[in-house]
Amino acid sequence: MTEPDRSTRRQFLATAGGAALGAVSLVHVGSAHATPDTMKAAIRDVVKGATVRPGKVKLDVPPLVENGNTVPLTVTVTSPMSDADHVVSIHIFNEKNPQPNVGNFYLSLRAGRAQISTRIRLADTQTLTAIAKLSDGSFWLASADVVVTLAACTEEAT
Amino acid sequence: MASALINVPATAKRGDIIEIKTLMSHIMETGFRHTVTGEVIPRNIITNFTCRYNGDEVFQADLFPAFSANPFISFFTIATESGKFEFQWIGDNGFQETASASIAVT
Repeated sequence: MTEPDRSTRRQFLATAGGAALGAVSLVHVGSAHATPDTMKAAIRDVVKGATVRPGKVKLDVPPLVENGNTVPLTVTVTSPMSDADHVVSIHIFNEKNPQPNVGNFYLSLRAGRAQISTRIRLADTQTLTAIAKLSDGSFWLASADVVVTLAACTEEAT
Repeated sequence: MASALINVPATAKRGDIIEIKTLMSHIMETGFRHTVTGEVIPRNIITNFTCRYNGDEVFQADLFPAFSANPFISFFTIATESGKFEFQWIGDNGFQETASASIAVT
């Protein structure tokens, strides 16, 4: 008599477990994340069809971060910062946060040195891209891979 | 209340390239987090930062939710004349804060 009872209970648990798993994965599918494609679209919005060449830009970020909530980041652009040749803006993008944009920084001719530092959030292990716009209208980029052990942005609030 | 931390050298020689470090205390709520009951916590971030040097804009930044809480921004400028740096942060829900720092240029 006990045998069929047990099997139904087991079946029920299996089904419930499956449903719970399904619910969890649904939540993940539902939360929109930036993908390499949306990052490319965000980059296109900034460069507006201009070619982006690798070089001139240096993106300093730790290769392995324990806490994605504060990741120190420095972007340096090799530029004389003269009237004829200076950096106009620096843009930072990511692949896997909910949004592809991280920040836009507008430098003036009076910056003297084309370098900015900040602290950012990273939701996942991913590639970051920094793009610099120069006064002649050219765009230059650098990328860096970051491994994140504790993700930011989407965790539950307590 | 929000408060700012500013690091500007008190003195500099004319023409020196100086580093300016700024930090504004702010939660920078991303708008992508949920409470335990599943409700979305509404976005509340700083969206724009501006630095003026004796009234002239020398640096500006657009901030996105990917900025860490208490956003830290550091940048450079050329010390041209004695005077005042003014910093302004603007954000969601009418957030607006200012701070200033003086510099003596010799």
